[in-house]
Amino acid sequence: MDWVSENLDLIGSLTLEHLRQSVIAIAAGFALSLPLGWVAWRYRLLRGWVITVTGLLYTIPSLALLMILPVVAGYPATSETNLVIALTIYAIAIMVRAVTDGLDSVDPAVRRSATAVGYGAARRFWAVDLPLAGPVILAGLRVTAVSTISLATVGILVGVTNLGYLFTNGLQRRIVPEVLAGIVAVAVIALLIDLALMAAGRTLMPWARGAAPARRSAAEAAS
Amino acid sequence: MIEFRNVTKRFPDGTVAVDSFDLVIPSRRTTVFVGSSGCGKTTLLRMINRMVEPTSGTVEIDGEDVAAKQGVALRRSIGYVMQNGGLMPHFTVAENIATVPRLNGRTRRAARARALELMDVVGLDTAMADRYPSQLSGGQQQRVGVARGLAADPNILLMDEPFGAVDPIVRAELQRELIRLQRDLDKTVVFVTHDVDEAFLLGDQVAILAEGARRLQVGSPSEITENPADDFVAAFIGADRGKRALRVKQTPRGRVLVDAEGRTQGVLVEGEG
Repeated sequence: MDWVSENLDLIGSLTLEHLRQSVIAIAAGFALSLPLGWVAWRYRLLRGWVITVTGLLYTIPSLALLMILPVVAGYPATSETNLVIALTIYAIAIMVRAVTDGLDSVDPAVRRSATAVGYGAARRFWAVDLPLAGPVILAGLRVTAVSTISLATVGILVGVTNLGYLFTNGLQRRIVPEVLAGIVAVAVIALLIDLALMAAGRTLMPWARGAAPARRSAAEAAS
Repeated sequence: MIEFRNVTKRFPDGTVAVDSFDLVIPSRRTTVFVGSSGCGKTTLLRMINRMVEPTSGTVEIDGEDVAAKQGVALRRSIGYVMQNGGLMPHFTVAENIATVPRLNGRTRRAARARALELMDVVGLDTAMADRYPSQLSGGQQQRVGVARGLAADPNILLMDEPFGAVDPIVRAELQRELIRLQRDLDKTVVFVTHDVDEAFLLGDQVAILAEGARRLQVGSPSEITENPADDFVAAFIGADRGKRALRVKQTPRGRVLVDAEGRTQGVLVEGEG
């Protein structure tokens, strides 16, 4: 454990790097999945295509993606952009489905009722459909967040520095505490982000607490 | 006044929900559409606020074709109450009631004040203002639904089987409450139900409908009971049974009315009421 106490600065700065890369990818994946998920939900004909194609993205091996993307897009493999874009693609693979399922979970009677009292289509989406899809979308977002944070470590293999460095460096130099420190740090930030998302969900969706047992158990099963 | 003129609705799958329907719905009265499920009564209701567009024919409100009005604005000007209240599960009671005033651009504060005022009108404790619908009983949710329908003070109130999902005791209470409200507020109410007793209790004008919204009989409850158009209507309203088929029985203390099962339902009082 001496190694850990002597290298707290390194662990701290790598954790911040890691957190920044992951959070940008999670946020970008979420933002892009909303319109994609909406399209898949709104247009039945596109649905199968959008869900299947985005779902297939997840089957691309991460190392291969990190090597192909720079060639296709023309940025250096070692750039942070490379890793963030790859992670965003995986986030989309999980989130699009969650958004579509979430919008599906909204009771059609509630949607009709919103129309009956005078919501226009756009206003209804933001004020009724999206908030009510919230619990299912949040469940998907929590899976995405944890998986992104864990997956980000692979970046070190193409030269993007983050907590993954503790794995490769620790293995090469046979410093077991360094590898362990990496595992713990990844687990801790995954847990913290998950807690933060859960807290955000409770604040933004106070109505979902204690209500709608079906929706809640779906969220728990997915997380 | 709401007027249906030769209205037909054919859905894309070919079913004809409403076939050449004509009816005048007088202002400031309660008109009830009653019929078994699938007879097109809800479709008729939804054509008034353009939730459903007629395939042919026109629906007019005070002489103006609703098709000429903007749908969203039209719906905000007409109260709508549906089964289970149709409340937004993610809005509090006060937010639910304040929905239409908020959509019409009232400030949050003004809309909330209006909501609290309406909670009083429909007999809800204002202490419930910040609860969510899932924390209320069925009857309370229904009252919130009625309050929401009244929030923008519309001239017309459309009610789609609003009391269908609550138990008989609560339903009777809500029905009495609606009669009281209607006496004070004087709205044009169009009410849909499959329950004949409810229709006769609430309706000034009752339209008995069959499949395709075919008019079997339109009239006041008294007119229909006294002179059913045909055997089907007589059977439908239960003219041959229950509390609508009474015979006179002589007792030592005077004449009473007895139903088919021999239970005494009331005392016959002589003279004009």
